[in-house]
Amino acid sequence: MSNYPLHDPLIIAGREFRSRLWVGTGKYKNFEETRLAIEASGADVVTVAVRRVNITDKNSENLLDYIDPKKYTILPNTAGCYTVEDAVRYSRLARAAGVSDLVKLEVIGDERTLFPDTAGLLEAAKILIAEGFIVLPYTNDDPIVAQKLMDIGCPAVMPLAAPIGSGLGIRNPYNLKIIMETVKVPIIVDAGVGTASDAALAMEYGADAVLMNTAIAGAKDPIMMATAMRYAVDAGRLAFKAGRIPRKLYATASSPIEGML
Amino acid sequence: MKIIVNGEEQTHNVPLTVTALLQELNLRTEQVAVEVNLKILDRSNFPTWNLQEGDKVEILSFIGGGSPQPGHSRGRKRYE
Repeated sequence: MSNYPLHDPLIIAGREFRSRLWVGTGKYKNFEETRLAIEASGADVVTVAVRRVNITDKNSENLLDYIDPKKYTILPNTAGCYTVEDAVRYSRLARAAGVSDLVKLEVIGDERTLFPDTAGLLEAAKILIAEGFIVLPYTNDDPIVAQKLMDIGCPAVMPLAAPIGSGLGIRNPYNLKIIMETVKVPIIVDAGVGTASDAALAMEYGADAVLMNTAIAGAKDPIMMATAMRYAVDAGRLAFKAGRIPRKLYATASSPIEGML
Repeated sequence: MKIIVNGEEQTHNVPLTVTALLQELNLRTEQVAVEVNLKILDRSNFPTWNLQEGDKVEILSFIGGGSPQPGHSRGRKRYE
């Protein structure tokens, strides 16, 4: 399969993205493995975190030496921020460190589940939108919160499938479907994917994209899993657009009876 | 002059611009964000910004991430 079977770009805040699979860059063995996995995934959006540089090792390499910001859209996140103040501070630092106003906003509510603090998320999003940020919020699978995030000006909403890194897959497909029906900006299912079928399912439900990190980086063979995810997202998207047959309780013959002996 | 860089006390000669500090640390201007005493500097000010005695400098960059590292944040919460 060469590149993408359809010209079916994802458009967010006037920016066009080719791939509907977005990937994180954490948890890889080294930068080279990160680079190869991202390449295999076909993703053009990659998420990164913002942290203090290592000033003791002057020869330490930078992630951006491996992931060319001219080739990929770098999407900084505010992972690890548990307060509105921290999330806003890290967003501003991310903008200063990078080249764009894009931020994947996370306000984490609890260390064990890493569930979002949705009240804090809304507050931080309002502040950042007023400062000109393009806020892509990581949120719970709550249709009302997703609606509110859209209403305050988020150009996409990123509900979780399951807790970050859990690999549980889509725990609440009905809520996600409601979000996809009611929220009129792109929906990017973020976090909780375990394997290719989870990603395909999210796309079949009508997600506009899927973002994942651990499912690829934590696989025995991350590069092979990145390839699997690429196909899964494509397959799910195509199946969604093609329109599945309705489920029926009884069989429907697919071979004609006519002409039988 | 003593300044704190990423939590570490360092001694430098004056004057010291942000650009000079980054060069000394072998860091590329276009890959970092610099905060001095909680104020984020614009990259265009790095060459002219003179650091002062006691300044708290934070130099940050993008690292691999997708998921937060539990326990990283000072403000973390845990519901039992």
